[in-house]
Formats: sequence, structure tokens, C-alpha cells
Amino acid sequence: MPGAAEKESELSERIEAFVARLKRGGERLSSEEAARQTVGLLRKIIGHGRWGSAGELMALIRKEGKRMTAAQPSETTVGNMVRRVLKIIREEYGRLHGRSEESDQQESLHKLLTSGGLSEDFNTPYPPLRANVIEAISELLIELEGTTDNIAMQALEHIHSNEVIMTVGYSRTVEAFLKEAARKRKFHVIVAECAPFCQGHEMAVRLSKEEIETTVMSDAAIFAVMSRVNKVIIGTKTILANGALIAVSGTHTLALAAKHHSTPLIVCAPMFKLSPQFPNEEDSFYKFVSPQEVLPFTEGEILSKINVHCPVFDYVPPELITLFISNIGGNAPSYIYRLMSELYHPDDHEL
Amino acid sequence: MPAPVPSEGLAGSEKLAGGKSKAELRAERRAKQEADRALKQTKKVESTPAAALAKPRLQPSEPQSMVKRVPEHVQVDDPAAQKRLAKKLERQQVPLRPDYGAKVNLFSHLHQYSRKMPLTQQMSIPSTAIHPAVVRLGLQYSQGLLNGSNARCLALLQVFRQVIRDYSTPPNEELSRDLVARLKPYISFLNQCRPLSASMGNAIKYLKKEISGLSSTLREEEAKGKLQGSIDGYVREKIQLAAEAISKYAFEKISDGDVILVYGCSSLVSRTLCDAHANGRAFRVIVVDSRPRLEGRDTLRRLVRKGIRCTYVMITAISYMLPEVSKVLLGAHALLANGSVMSRVGTSQIALVSKAYNVPVLVCCETYKFCERVQTDSFVSNELDDPDDLILPGKGGAHLRGWKENSSLRLLNLVYDVTPPELVDLVITDLGMIPCTSVPVVLRVKNVEQ
Repeated sequence: MPGAAEKESELSERIEAFVARLKRGGERLSSEEAARQTVGLLRKIIGHGRWGSAGELMALIRKEGKRMTAAQPSETTVGNMVRRVLKIIREEYGRLHGRSEESDQQESLHKLLTSGGLSEDFNTPYPPLRANVIEAISELLIELEGTTDNIAMQALEHIHSNEVIMTVGYSRTVEAFLKEAARKRKFHVIVAECAPFCQGHEMAVRLSKEEIETTVMSDAAIFAVMSRVNKVIIGTKTILANGALIAVSGTHTLALAAKHHSTPLIVCAPMFKLSPQFPNEEDSFYKFVSPQEVLPFTEGEILSKINVHCPVFDYVPPELITLFISNIGGNAPSYIYRLMSELYHPDDHEL
Repeated sequence: MPAPVPSEGLAGSEKLAGGKSKAELRAERRAKQEADRALKQTKKVESTPAAALAKPRLQPSEPQSMVKRVPEHVQVDDPAAQKRLAKKLERQQVPLRPDYGAKVNLFSHLHQYSRKMPLTQQMSIPSTAIHPAVVRLGLQYSQGLLNGSNARCLALLQVFRQVIRDYSTPPNEELSRDLVARLKPYISFLNQCRPLSASMGNAIKYLKKEISGLSSTLREEEAKGKLQGSIDGYVREKIQLAAEAISKYAFEKISDGDVILVYGCSSLVSRTLCDAHANGRAFRVIVVDSRPRLEGRDTLRRLVRKGIRCTYVMITAISYMLPEVSKVLLGAHALLANGSVMSRVGTSQIALVSKAYNVPVLVCCETYKFCERVQTDSFVSNELDDPDDLILPGKGGAHLRGWKENSSLRLLNLVYDVTPPELVDLVITDLGMIPCTSVPVVLRVKNVEQ
């Protein structure tokens, strides 16, 4: 059918465009945007793609998902959304197949031992599967849109008046969190500017427009002023499965300074940032950008004789973190691995 | 009865012998208590603000009082102290520099000046009250052309040397008193341009002592020659020879294959590394830098010129670099009497993260920078630099450029911070390698020598 072929080519065009945008990385796609676009694309693939059974669908999704994650490995929300969709497909298939919800969980050791070769056979075609999966994905999209508001609603439980809060860089989640609290309480915010890109400046200006007393300072002064800070509230790029963070460069120093002064470190991050990867090598996730910002080309005389590094991310171990605030509530870092098992299926951890 | 007599006599003699010493002891103790009480009384009287006002008029040759006067530059939020300062400056014909911009509440007790409004705008040039070399020096300080503890102190001593050379005693005046009085407005002027560093403070104290210790029998030429000689001696001993000694000691601590992390620009650390490289050690250096001063680029240029292999990062990237670092070498602005290290802002952070990665932290500092002050945090005594420096040049600065109109936004540009002694492993001084906590011992030895 020409209509279907057209739709397919349009779809593959869209996927190509998305992959190219991820790879270019220039315009700083926000994590929420990336998640939403990924889910939208996957919904289209499910809607228009040619597949018969759940197994074929999952293989298709996996293939496209692998391509999208390979374009920009540091944008982990793409892979997370692919895994969520795979879990949705499994669930919907299970519901239609007539299995009870219980046996789907791999909780019990007894079941693990006695089940033996329990391999799910996804080859039975079910006509209502397509519609069900698309409906579930639409629900997922609605959930994605509400994450920032859900997190911001918890602000008043954590911020009291006359507090001094420190944050680093620019995080939309933290901005919404602090703005919501500022409607009822008066407090001060210190923003570390986060060189060399200095996103902290934009954050400070936005916060000060809401009549929040904001101070901008250089990252070198983090330890110097930490003794007067009551709480540290930060956002992150990714939450790893052991409760660790991959956050903007400079966050590890902030976390160590907070630990030294016994200041609580609160991480505001939505659940779609939770990634089922564990940190295997400490520097396998490092991403570097052009050191032009660190040492400009005007210093050309010495540029050829030195190395200049500009890492974008930092690893923060879970023992430095006090609390995670996400759209499903507050959690300790030691509980993150359980949340992971609710969101993703263990077979999908490796795409 | 014979029996009790000798015992009584014995007891009596014992009491006499022990009692005399007991009575003596009691008398001694009472005398000491009286002396302490008298001292406390004078302390109470002297520590009132009126006494603090009276102090500048006292001759410096009077004995050092035990009372510590709180310096003016950390009392900006006290209107009485500011009025006194204004009166003193008027008397000395030194202009008062106005503060600039809204200050962060935590630092309302410190001055915040703008580089675009130097002090000389309010003076007529040439000024009759201030020596032109001092005016030039003050401008160099306030515009940030002269940076670094050693550089500032050396420049100060050279200028004072010139002042002494150009000085002539007015008739009916004694050189030792008049010269000190002549120097006071210069010191106030320099203080207004930029608060004096600890090294400068110690050098001025030494110079004042030398001047007031001059015997009145010396002729003017002889006295001036002697003073110039003592300034040269101070520079040679305390700054140049000390740097050589520290370089030698630090050389023992640098081994082949080392990866050394340095922060910002310290003349002492750069010299140490260049000397070690010249003596054949093979090592590479990681230079860490921070906004807004970006002093690390000076260190980078100096080291690269000598052929040392360098890497350059911002302070946010130290968590990435530290796993490959073998030791951290830091410079200091002053060493405080409780063992804390006062240094450029960011030093304490580097020490903290190095400790988390178990990398040894070595601080290099000459003994003339040792201070009798004690400080536990970076708030009570610090310096606020021009807040406009934080604004990015070019279009990146669009966000912060209008910060003055925004009443909720403040910019904070700290200059110094205080590193607690438990984060520092070793201090290398010209007297040897000592732990941080031995600073008061060195101070005491120095005081005894003087």
C-alpha cells in the first residue's frame, strides 16, 4: 500500500532526524524533551510499523532503540524510555496472554529455582495488543509531562523559612522546586556558577526574578561558604542503579563539601532519569567537549605544548547523597535499586 | 618537759622552713593575682573604642599592649568605626574610597570596591601629602596589576626604600619619630587602595621597629643608609633566601615520575617546580584554575617556558584529574596561629577533595607570612573583590550584566579562604618541614628572638 510505505519512509526520516539531532548535541536538548520525543517516536513505530507478534515488536523497538542510544550515549533518558516501552509491551502481552501479574515478578527465589527454563514466548499474536500498548504509552507521556510539577509540589515539605540553600549550575527541576517554595516561604539561594559554561548565571537571574534572594559566586568558593549553608539542592543528568549520580562537573566537590559540614544533599530528579546501569569503570561515562571554553585559542602560543581537558560530567557516589526527590516521592539512595525493578525488566537492562 | 619541746621546736622549724616557703609562695601568688587584676583593668579600659581612637596618636615606641585592636577593614557595618576612620583619613589628607554595589548579607562587614573607581580620582595629582611612588603603588594594587603576596610585599619595601631616600628630616624633629609619622598616611592610602596583606603587615611592623630603634646620635645620612640596609637585609633574608631554602626542601619531596597538582599562581610554588626541573627531576604538572581571576594561566606560561609538561583544567574538573595525581603543592597567603592556612579562594576545596582521594597536600610558605591572628572560617576576615569581574565577557555576560538593577541578585567575588589544618599534611617553610599545628611554636620562637 502506498500509504503505508509513505508512512514508513516518513517515520524513518523522523527517526533519522532525531538521531542526527542527538549526535550533534549542539542545542543542548533538555532531558525531558529528549524523553518525550523518544516516546513519541516509539509510539509512531508501534502504530505504523509492520509487526505481527509482541516478539517482533520488541525486536523492532530494540533495534531502533540501540541506534538512538548509540547516537549520544550520555543522553541516557533515550535508553531509559526505550526500556520503559519494552516493559509496557511485556506487561500488556502478559495481560492478554492471561498470565496473572504475580508470576511476572521474579521476586521469589523458589520461583526462580523451580521455574527452570521459563522463557517467555512472545510469539502469539493478539490483535488488541497494538491499541493497548499505544494507550499505555500515551499514559506514559502524560506521566512525563507531569514530573516537574509533581516534584515541585513537594517543595514546601523540605524548605523552611530563612534557609540558605546552595545549588550548582542550571537545573529546570530545581528551578521549579525553588520557585514553588518561594511562593510561601522566604529563603536565600547561593548559586555556584559552574565554569566554564557558567549556566549558574542563567539560573540565578531566573530565581531572582521570582523575588528570591540569590547570590552568584565562583565554584572556587564552594567550600568557603558551605559552613553557612543549610541545604544543598541539585539536579542531575542521570541516576545510576546503585544510587549514584552522573551530574554536571563540580558536583562531586559540592557533595564532599556538604559531607564535611554535615549538610544534607538533596537531589531533585524525575524517574525517567533513572538508568539501570551500574558504574563499572569510574571513567567510562566521562564526556569531554572542546576545551575552547577553558583555554581559548588566543593563548595559541602555549596551546600546542599542553593538554587541556573539559569534562562535562562528574560521578557522585551514593554515600554522599541524603535524599532523592522524584515524581513518586522521596527516597534514600539505598532504595533506588528497588525502584529500578519496578520500572524496567531485567532482560532489558542490556538493550 | 623535754619531749614536746623538741617536737614543737621541730614542728616549729619545719613550719618555719616550710612556712617561709609557703608564705613566700602565698605572697608570690597574691602579687601575681594583683598584677593580673591590674592588667585586666587596663585591658577593659583600653579596649573601649575611645582607647582605640587614642591608639594612633600614641608613639609606636610604647610597649606592645596585650589588647588586640580589631582592624577597621572588617568593621564596615559599624558606623562609629567608619566615622573614626573618616576623621583619621581627613587628618592625613587621604581620600576615603566609597563602597560599590549591593553586598551579600553575610559579608556586610567587609568593603567591596569597584576597579573602575580608583582612589586617585578623588585626589589632586601631584598630591602634596602622598609620595608619588606610593600613589603609583596604590594604583597598581587597586587595579590588580600587582598580585601575589610576595610581589606586593617586595614592591612595598622598594617604595619605602625610595621614600626613605627622598626623606629629609625637618628642623627640630627627630628622624625616628617623624619618619614613622610620615609613613602613616602612606599606609592608610595603600590600605584604602587594597587591604594590606599579612606579609605587608609584617614587613611594615619590622620597618617601624627598625625606625624607632634608631639611636638619636646617628646623622641623617647614616640613619637613612642603615634603614635602607635593613630593608635590603629583610628582602634578602626573609624573601629571597627563604625561597631558596623552601625550594631545596621541596626538592626532596618531589620524585621522578610524579604528577603534581598546583592551583592558581604562587611565585614560590612556580619557583620550586622550575628549580626541581632544572635539577633534573622528571615530573609533570596539572595546573588548576578558577574564575574570575584565571591566575593559573600565568603559572602555566611560566612552567611551559621552562619546558615542563603541563595539563590545564578548571577547578570543577579536579574530581576527574585527582586519581592520577601523586601530590598537591599549594601556596599560602598567610599561616594563622591556629594552624589554618589562608590562601586564594579554592585552595580549601582542593585540599578537601585531595583528602578524599588520599593525595598528600603540601603547603609552601615563608616564615615572614606567619600571622598571630586566628580564624576558623572564611567569613570574618576576608576581602571582597570587584563583583563585576564575575560577568562573562562577550555575549555570555548578557544574563548578569544588569545585576545592579535587580534588587534580589547579588554577586560574590571572594578573594581568600581558610583551609582547616586537618586537611593539610605538611607545611614547607624556610625553617624546615613542619606540620600545620607547629605554627604558634615558630611564632613564639620568632618573638623570643626579637
